[in-house]
Parts: sequence; structure tokens; C-alpha cells
Amino acid sequence: METLRTFFSFSDPNIVAVVVGAMLLTASSAVVGTFTLLKKKALVGDAVAHAVLPGICLAFLLSGNKHPLLLIVGAFVTGWISLVLIDYITAKSKIKEDTAIALILSVSFGVGILLLTYIQKTGNAAQTGLESFLFGKAAALVGQDLWVFGVVAVLLILMVSLFFKELKLIAFDENYAAALGLPVRALNLLLTSLTVLAVVTGIQAVGVVLMAAMLITPAAAARFWTNDVLKMTIIAALMGAFSGLAGAFVSYTAPTMPTGPWIVMIISIIALISFFFAPSRGIISKSIEQQRLQFLIMEENLLKELYHLGEIDEDPFKRRTIDELIAKRFFPRLPLKSALGRLRRQGYISRKEDGFQLTKEGRTKGKRVVKLHRLWELYLSRYMKIAPDHVHEDAETIEHVITPALEAELERLMDYPELDPHDSKIPY
Amino acid sequence: MVRRSTQNAISMKIEAKEVAVEFHDLTVSYDKKPVLWNIDMTLPKGKLIGIIGPNGAGKSTLIKSAMGLLPLSSGYVRMFDQALNDIRQQVSYVPQRETVDWDFPTSVLDVVLMGRYSKLGLFKRVRKADKEMAMACLKKVGMEAFTKRQISQLSGGQQQRVFLARALAQDADLYFMDEPFAGVDAATESAILDVLRELTTQGKTVIVVHHDLQSAAAFFDWIVLLNMRLVAVGPIEEVFTNHLLQEAYGGKLTVLSEVSELIKKRRIPSRERY
Repeated sequence: METLRTFFSFSDPNIVAVVVGAMLLTASSAVVGTFTLLKKKALVGDAVAHAVLPGICLAFLLSGNKHPLLLIVGAFVTGWISLVLIDYITAKSKIKEDTAIALILSVSFGVGILLLTYIQKTGNAAQTGLESFLFGKAAALVGQDLWVFGVVAVLLILMVSLFFKELKLIAFDENYAAALGLPVRALNLLLTSLTVLAVVTGIQAVGVVLMAAMLITPAAAARFWTNDVLKMTIIAALMGAFSGLAGAFVSYTAPTMPTGPWIVMIISIIALISFFFAPSRGIISKSIEQQRLQFLIMEENLLKELYHLGEIDEDPFKRRTIDELIAKRFFPRLPLKSALGRLRRQGYISRKEDGFQLTKEGRTKGKRVVKLHRLWELYLSRYMKIAPDHVHEDAETIEHVITPALEAELERLMDYPELDPHDSKIPY
Repeated sequence: MVRRSTQNAISMKIEAKEVAVEFHDLTVSYDKKPVLWNIDMTLPKGKLIGIIGPNGAGKSTLIKSAMGLLPLSSGYVRMFDQALNDIRQQVSYVPQRETVDWDFPTSVLDVVLMGRYSKLGLFKRVRKADKEMAMACLKKVGMEAFTKRQISQLSGGQQQRVFLARALAQDADLYFMDEPFAGVDAATESAILDVLRELTTQGKTVIVVHHDLQSAAAFFDWIVLLNMRLVAVGPIEEVFTNHLLQEAYGGKLTVLSEVSELIKKRRIPSRERY
């Protein structure tokens, strides 16, 4: 608790630097990642993330120091080479893209680990800290590193906002963009470079292994909350920044702990929450919607059966018991009771001591369902030449689907028919 | 006009008087396999022109290569006697509806506004005038009530109208449309047809890939019959004849397809380099 207070008082300028840095890095990769995701290049991002490791090691081996600009250049070069190789393999051989990605990812990561181990074995004093590229270390982001990576992160966000409408268009409809005469090749090149740069900076915070998560997860989570690219980008950035903040905190309080896994865990939890709880696109909201539909179908079926019973007895408002209803058509007892309760509250039926009775509104609604059922049966047998004994099952579903507009169209089309294929009267 | 070639194939070619588009000896290949051979024709200004042919005839390929979306193996396409790049602003394209992901997070208005991007240029943001223009185009296709709608909630016919509105927003003189009538409801079909007719009465040229022979006769002024090669081109009353249609739809020229396959298999460039 005490550390939490010290940390969030931001009294230590070092803490401020680390926090700002980590948030910038994660937010910028989330912003770029939104377009990587929309272009359906998520796996390519993962390959690039692994391919930057040999670049970092090579840059260190060749120069002998850890200047961040040098490492960025090294990482950028091998990251780019990996992309070119994936495209080349896909275009020129029988190997499909997923296989090419897997190949490049594992080979380049293997080479990276090999080089890293070699560097560590040489006992070069300057090499300490290179291994933090594996799992990330936000707290290591101080001084020169912070400046360089911070500037790159700001640059990334700036580039995306400058080219926002063009990036959006090539993600949605590349052919149309080309037909408009937009420089599609250059724009794709730009997006690829931004992706590579985002990976190169992001690995400071989360490391090579988990970088793909930082690129893709915020965008995937943000997609659940909005239907607009701009809002999606902003939400992804905020989610990314929040996980960056959490990562910086962990890195500060537990210096031996790698930051990457923590950041990725936080953003994954955010994604999981989005997956379940987001309005309209979330799983829970979807299943509630489904449940509501089930209820509606059950209620319509009940009203239909009550109407039908009234038709048979020529007494539309006769009282019916639950057993009578079940004898007419099987409904499980418990759902039946709750559906009757809902219909009563909506005023479609009323309850008397010896059973249930349709109200006027209930009768009208039940009549409509019966009418739609019979209209559809007639339509199927008339226009689709389906035998009368085969049309009932279809009509059972369709009666709940038909809109008033379609209803009018059916009536007009068949000129207000009187009888359905089973010679039952169609009620108007 | 009707001539017989060595394969006994019938063909008929009527040149346009006022030329909107000229295809000159166009050959196009996919992954080395030629799908269009030596297309050579002129299409007239201010007409509603249908490109008709069986599946795999190369209809979409023809307009894609006209829009510069595919590399040409040989030949060229000129519009209003200029190269495409010099008059791009005057040319508009409607891709096939299925080529994009309709779950993309964007609204109807945003999609139509994309038609303004080329006039806006890089870095510029959408202005109020562009929005008004986009709204007017949505109104023309009867979609003004759907402005804010997320595109995944549209029916097939509505998606097609949105694509048409986007092309209209470009305010072009020449329109290439890939199957705008495919899989749309009757109301959309007549709405789209009305818009296309209106365009041609304004002197604009509309070139449409179309798959349905039955409606083609009623829709178009001018017809291109295609089956990997050009079978016929000309005013509908001269070209829409039984024997020309049979020629276009009577199966592919087997020798031609076999040669295409061979070229692909042996990876021979369809035009020699030296």
C-alpha cells in the first residue's frame, strides 16, 4: 500500500519518466496495432517482433555499445528483412503465408537467442541488460533510452494521425484506394515501417516474446466497444497506456520482475472483460439478446395456441388450465409458467382462479401469429410448390420472423387468401 | 462485319463514334496464366455499356485492368484519349461487393466520404462541403436514412447502394462497375438502374460487368460479349443475337484454355522479352 502511494504521488522524477515512457510505448504500439489488426496482419506483427532480436544483437556485436539509436537501426533492418522474406516466400514458392510466417518467426528467434547467448558468454561488461529485450523492463527506460524511444513513440502516433484517412481506406478497400489513384504501395510501405518501428520501441516495455500481444490485444479489445475506426484507435491507445502504467508500477516495486508478462497480463484481462461484458458485441450481451428472443418466441407460441384453442371451441375467451395447454402442445412446465407470468404482466392474458384467459390484446396478437403461420404455409405451397404436409415446420419458425411490411406484401401478393393449404381459415 | 477466323469463331466488332475508352490489344494474365487475349475495341461516350460473358470469361479482369489494378501483359487502355493517370479524377470504380470486409468498423457516411479522398489529397480532413456532397449521393440511391448506420448491419442491396453512392461522390465522367446488380433485391435493382440511366443522360459513360443475360437486354445500350477473347462489341440490337450469344456462352475455346494452362505450368512469359 505504501509503495502504491509513493508510486502514484509521482514525487520521484524517475518514476514520472518511467511511467510516461512505458505509457507512450504501449499506447503507440496499440495505435499502430489497430491498423495491423484491421489489415488482418496480426501474425505478421508477431513474426516481426521475433525477428528484431537478431538485429539488436548484431547491432551490439558490430558496434560494441548499447546506444538506443544503434539498436533501433539494427532491429529495424532485420524486422524489415523478415517481412520481405515472408512476402517473397509466399509469392515465389508453394509455401502458404501462415507457414512462411511460422518459418521466419522461429528461425529468426532461434538466431536471436543464439547471438544473445554468445554475447553473454563473451563477458563483455557493456552487455548487461540486453537480456531485458526478451521480456521487457520498463524501469530500464531512463535517460537517453527514454528520450530516443519516447520520440519514436510520439512520431508513430503522429504519423498515424497524419495518414489516418488513407490508412483507413487501404485497410477497408485497397483496390478502391488504388482506383482513386492513392499511392497504395507507398502507404502499405508506410504501415509496414510503422509496424516494425512500433515493435522495435514496444519491446523496451514488453520484450520480444510478448510484443505481438501488445500490438494486437488492445485493438482486439477496443473493437468490442465501438464501430468506428477513430474511436477504436483511441480506446486501444488508452487501454495500452493503462497496461503500460501497470507495468511501470510492477517494474518499480519488484525490480527483479520482468515487466512484459505483467503488461500483457493486464491488457489480456482488459481484453477478456471486453469479450464478455462489452455492450452488443460482448458474449454476455449477445446471450441475453438470444434469451430475449427465446422468450419472445415462447410467448408468441403460447398466444397462438390459446387462439387456436379458442378457434376449436368457438369461444375465444374461454379459460384454460396449464394442463389443457400442455395437452394442446407440449411445453415444459417451468418455462411455461414463467412465460404465462410475463404475458400476464404485458396484459395479453388475465388469470382467474380456474385458469388463464386471453385479453383482447392477447387475442389480436395470437391471431396475427396464426395468420402469419397460415399465410406462409400457403406461400410455400403456392410459390415454391412444396407439398401441404411439408410446410408446417417451416411456418413454425417463419411466423416469428415476418415483419409488418412483409406481412402486407404477402397479403397483397396472394390477394388476401381465405384458406391455407390445410383448409384452415386465415384470420384477418 | 461478321468474319470467320481459323478457329471457326464468329466475331463482330463495331467501333464507337465518340470514344470514351479504347482497349488496344490488351492481354492480361494471372500468375502467368493469360485470362484475356488481345482485347481490341472502342467503347462510346454517354452510353450504358454491359460487359457480358460466362463465368471465368474475364469480365472483372477487363475492368480491373482498365483501372490499373492489374499488370498488363501487353497492350494499353486509354480513356478520353488520355492515359488513366492523367484523368484519374474523372474515372470512378465500384468493386465487387464481396471484396471487402463488411464488419469493418465504419459507418455508411464514412464509406461514401471515401469517394472524396482523391479530391481532398493527403493530410486534408473531410470538409463540410464533402459531407453535403456525400449526403446528396446517399439520397440519390435512397440511403439517406442510413447515414450513421454501421455497415455490417446493411443488407446486400444496401451495401451495393452504398458502394454506388461512394462512386457518385467522386463526381466522375466515366464509371466502371463490377457486378452492381449481383444478389440485390428488386427495389435496389431498379434504383441502381435509374441512377445509371440518369448518369448517361448527363453524358457520362457507365461500364458495367453483368452476369444475367435476361436483364441485360433491357438494361444496356451497348454490349461487350466476352469469353477470354472479345466475341462481339456494339449496339445491343446488333450484338445481342442468338449466334453471337451462343458463341460467347457455348463453352470456352478449349484450345485457348489449354494453351493458358500450359503457359502457366511451364511459366513461360506470355510476351517475349526480346
